[in-house]
Amino acid sequence: MALRDQSGPYFGEYGGRFVPESLIAALDELDEAYKAAKVDPVFQAELAHLHSTYTGRPSIITEVPRFAEHAGGARIILKREDLNHTGSHKINNVLGQALLARRLGKTRLIAETGAGQHGVATATAAALFGMECVVYMGEVDTERQALNVARMRLLGAEVIPVTAGSRTLKDAINEALRDWVANVENSHYLLGTVAGPHPFPVMVRDFHKIIGEEARQQVLDLVGRLPDAVTACVGGGSNAIGIFHAFLDDPSVALYGYEAAGEGAETPRHAATMTKGRPGVLHGARSYLLQDDDGQTVESHSISAGLDYPGVGPEHAWLADIGRASYLPVTDDEAMSALRLLSRTEGIIPAIESAHALAGTITLGKQLGPESIILVNLSGRGDKDMETAGRYFDILDAGAEQS
Amino acid sequence: MRSVESVIAARKAAGGGALVGYLPAGFPDLRTSIEAAVALAENGVDVIELGLPYSDPVMDGPVIQAATLTALTAGFRIHHAFEAVAEITSRVDTPVLLMTYWNPVLQFGVDRFADELLAAGGSGLITPDLIPDEAHDWLAASERTGLDRVFLAAPSSTDARLSQAIEKSRGFVYAVSTMGITGARSDVDTAAKALVARLRTAGATSACVGLGISSADQVREVLQYADGAIVGSALVKALADGGVTAVASAASELATGSTLS
Ligand SMILES: Cc1ncc(COP(=O)(O)O)c(C=O)c1O
Repeated sequence: MALRDQSGPYFGEYGGRFVPESLIAALDELDEAYKAAKVDPVFQAELAHLHSTYTGRPSIITEVPRFAEHAGGARIILKREDLNHTGSHKINNVLGQALLARRLGKTRLIAETGAGQHGVATATAAALFGMECVVYMGEVDTERQALNVARMRLLGAEVIPVTAGSRTLKDAINEALRDWVANVENSHYLLGTVAGPHPFPVMVRDFHKIIGEEARQQVLDLVGRLPDAVTACVGGGSNAIGIFHAFLDDPSVALYGYEAAGEGAETPRHAATMTKGRPGVLHGARSYLLQDDDGQTVESHSISAGLDYPGVGPEHAWLADIGRASYLPVTDDEAMSALRLLSRTEGIIPAIESAHALAGTITLGKQLGPESIILVNLSGRGDKDMETAGRYFDILDAGAEQS
Repeated sequence: MRSVESVIAARKAAGGGALVGYLPAGFPDLRTSIEAAVALAENGVDVIELGLPYSDPVMDGPVIQAATLTALTAGFRIHHAFEAVAEITSRVDTPVLLMTYWNPVLQFGVDRFADELLAAGGSGLITPDLIPDEAHDWLAASERTGLDRVFLAAPSSTDARLSQAIEKSRGFVYAVSTMGITGARSDVDTAAKALVARLRTAGATSACVGLGISSADQVREVLQYADGAIVGSALVKALADGGVTAVASAASELATGSTLS
């Protein structure tokens, strides 16, 4: 079977459904609706129409030669998911699932969010479709992504800060699952990455695979051949699998996922799930996981809220095990310096999440050399991160807070 | 040690039903959690459901979340749960089931976990995030050791899934009273009654209702149609607020609902 044809519920020994029985009926309903929608030309046309008139697809590719000079002279091409409406790749999945939720007659969308990008995208879809929207966000994240909290509220969503546990993305997912169990009649849980119980990892991947499908053709058109490598940052793994998927069965194309190493994968403060974790069950699926000897989830740390997650999607765990993709750690400092470099050399300010992919690509470019071509998924734009970046680089004027 | 199923059957035969009481191991500390569980047994609780604290308890509401977080912060380790089970079962004749999310068992090793639980005198496991479909290893380990395995049944479960839960469970089937998570509610969903009726039709002889039960009246109401009533958050709250004395009196008050009046 082609690697691209994996359709769950398992990817090798990963995936599955480790959830309370109360959710099984909803997951089955979703699975059936998704399978039907996948082959329904009406649904596909609706989604394509939204992408061309609302998301802004196809997103362009941009070659970045001034940046590439710092990466061993390799040709570097960015897939510009940052230009999508709402500022990241997240909207691809959100519009797909929101359409499905509407088909299922659900009137309320529940979402978790880390960086706030997925929450903003979900609040946007809820506004567009006239649905109610509740977004769970770890309290720590509501503070470091305050701008996105305001955006969600402006869009009409209710943002609930989660104070349980580590008060970040993993706890927001727990809270969203609890809400879903209690309100499954009228609510859809619009999970924002390729984790969670089946069918989420497959369905979310399918809604994002348009990234790689477009980019593969765009790169062929531009340079006349496939890239040598495709790179992306990995939090839960949705933008990475989105760009990887079209290349899975192209053996000449190496795939690299960069996960957040925080203060260093050798320190206790990181989110390098594949580098430092081992298989276990979290949030409904078996995959790699940061955990202690007793199987208690360990808190992750990253300067990037969107990568600050101790788990990873099951398909990535499988791709790592079979050796089809490689997953490497990138520290906060490496990511921030790549963020500044792209800003200064190309006039593009990336999201801190995406900057992890850029940092990894700099090292990779030096290894692959000037003849190589690397396609990078620029998953989001940096507007939401100006507060963090301003503090990190100490470029905020003292007292210059906006009033 | 009497089996969970026989204890429930005996209570039913006597005209009432079983009171199942939940408390987390290690809350507020290991010693107190053991004393509190013993107090449950001495005050009318028929089956003890001892919770294994876990970092990501998706089935639990705020009261139990807070208690298990306290236990974890105080340094709870899996071996503490076996120590607690061993001491409780050495002091009282009440069967003890461990309620645990799946990852701790997986990391400990399913077979090793089963062996240690058996050695400690435990009766089996209640697994809130493990459905029978994913439970191959646990089904095998529980067959080998004879441990009970309690799976959940929900109002939204199809008939086929209810049959599967009944077939794979031993001890009892945990009928989820409402579409929700743990936490006291003022009225237990009428969905519970309908669910137990469906479980009966599918052949269940041992079905306990849980989630949201917090008063003797609710226990009495549930036991009119179910074989057992499971109380969690109300007991945890009593322990948190007033220590072992308070949990003992909460249990004996609840137990007035489980005897024939
Ligand atoms: C811009 C951006 N990139 C990447 C991620 C990480 O998510 P994933 O790994 O699912 O792509 C996020 C998550 O919030 C994000 O906002």
